[in-house]
Amino acid sequence: MKIEPPVLVFPSPSKSRNRNIGDLVFKNLTLVFAIVVLSLVFVMAYEMYKGSSLSIEKFGWRFLWTSVWDPVKGDFGALPYVYGTIVSSLVALVIALPLSIGVSIFLSELAPRWLERPVSFMVELLAAIPSIVYGLWGMFVLVPVVRKFIGPFITRYLGFIPLFNGAPYGFGMLAAGIVLAIMILPIITSISRDVMMSIPNTQREAAFALGATKWETTKIILSNAKSGIAGATLLGLGRAIGETMAVTMVIGNMPQISAHLLDPAYSMASVLANEFSEATTQLYLSALIEIGLLLFAVRIILNAAARLIVWSVTSKFAQ
Amino acid sequence: MTISLPLHMQRWRKFKNVFMIGLCFLSAIVVIAPLFIIFGYTLSQGIGALNLDFFIHMPKPVGEPGGGMANAIVGTLIMVGLGAVFGLPIGIMAGIYLAEFGKNAFGFTVRFLSDVLSGIPSIVVGVVAYILVVMPMSHFSAFAGGVALAILMIPTITRTTEEMIRLVPHTLRESSLALGIPSWKTTLRIILPTATKGITTGILLALARAAGETAPLLFTALGNRFWSTSLNEPIASLTVFIYDYAKAPFDDWNRQAWAAAFVLIAMVFVVNLAFRFVTRSRYGTSHN
Repeated sequence: MKIEPPVLVFPSPSKSRNRNIGDLVFKNLTLVFAIVVLSLVFVMAYEMYKGSSLSIEKFGWRFLWTSVWDPVKGDFGALPYVYGTIVSSLVALVIALPLSIGVSIFLSELAPRWLERPVSFMVELLAAIPSIVYGLWGMFVLVPVVRKFIGPFITRYLGFIPLFNGAPYGFGMLAAGIVLAIMILPIITSISRDVMMSIPNTQREAAFALGATKWETTKIILSNAKSGIAGATLLGLGRAIGETMAVTMVIGNMPQISAHLLDPAYSMASVLANEFSEATTQLYLSALIEIGLLLFAVRIILNAAARLIVWSVTSKFAQ
Repeated sequence: MTISLPLHMQRWRKFKNVFMIGLCFLSAIVVIAPLFIIFGYTLSQGIGALNLDFFIHMPKPVGEPGGGMANAIVGTLIMVGLGAVFGLPIGIMAGIYLAEFGKNAFGFTVRFLSDVLSGIPSIVVGVVAYILVVMPMSHFSAFAGGVALAILMIPTITRTTEEMIRLVPHTLRESSLALGIPSWKTTLRIILPTATKGITTGILLALARAAGETAPLLFTALGNRFWSTSLNEPIASLTVFIYDYAKAPFDDWNRQAWAAAFVLIAMVFVVNLAFRFVTRSRYGTSHN
């Protein structure tokens, strides 16, 4: 027979001094480590700001909209890298967002539990694959596919739009966008799914009771979940912006601003990966650190916004 | 009395229903497909190049076939170990703080910033490790790589520790307190051991993730074609080797890159499966 434990209340703090000292020491000890975690973010921000001050003072905002990158003359403008990062991330988002929403609907509304769990696990596994493996795969599998099939196909049928045009190398913005899309799918999917699952069943029951079809019910769930999905999208965008290895290996690493998706490009993270260990002058290093600082700042803003949105949505439906 | 729509509108609704639901099924298939393609391709390319030599031999000079990545495997282990030495105490203790005393504004801030930290691009962590370690030492080192990996591990470890402690039933804590055991001892001797399984697998997950990182090692540990176990010297790592070997125009090197990728993927898969197995009971509650 199972005996239910009686409902206990916390004993009032003991009068014994030893015990209080033990608790006090333990609490403060863990507090110290919590402060370490807290301060890491600030230390990182401060160190990078300090490290890039040379470049910030010399170039100011011009750093963001000039495209000269001349280590020899000491003139640095990051526009092609910023452009490459933004465009490749947007391409990734355009591909990944509809798919992610589709999968989260599948997982939260359609799939039976025995199917939902393995599929969720597989989506999460996609997030666990190291980015270097994505890069390797992108380089040896995706890039040839883009060069031989996808590239010629879209230039042939959509080539009249400048966007869908460009050099036939395979390496380029489109390949980077596809790899990034695969990499950000899991994060958008898992958060959207959680948000949709947190919406109370009464919503679904009410819709069904009114005679709505499965899809019409899903639309109601989606409209409830839309700010959560927006948060998930921001997180995905953040991940895409900071992604380094996979992008570096497929984007082609050419610092140019081109309206053609098939053209090679460059990204902020890639220029760090390629040039950081070879930066010869203080100013060069400082300019590279400034790119790092930009990535850091953009990512923190995106993440903070996304987390706040997701938290506010899920906690609204939590009870 | 029933109100019914005209027949063609009903049909349209039904068609739309089937069509959109079909699209959702399709997208599930499209999303899962890359996983199988990448796993399958890595398996088919990697398994051929994977032999005992890969694990116990040093890389051969350019042009000579064969050789292995023994130094890279050891280098990755050293740096992940070093990262764990720094990262584990900080992560676990901060996690305990959040779980036990974190129900206030400060706890919220730490939790939030640890989430922010986990989102910082790994290449940026590399930049910071460069500024903090490589610049003062004025040379690349395994130590710098370890520091970078530690920073990357901390948020995951903090979060897992907190979540796993939270899962321990309240009754356990209450019984312990009722027996007169002080609160700190309850945490260390009752709560932590109960949560050990979850915390351990969570830590393994963080370690596996760190072992797969490349970007933060590029300009901290740099890479090394020779045998080195010194913390003060540049050191090889599996991931940087993959990067270098993938770019190289030699088929043999490319094959070895796939073999290394296979090792990484296999490790990630096993660890994730273990984590999934251990945390199965609380599935679906990872985001609060």
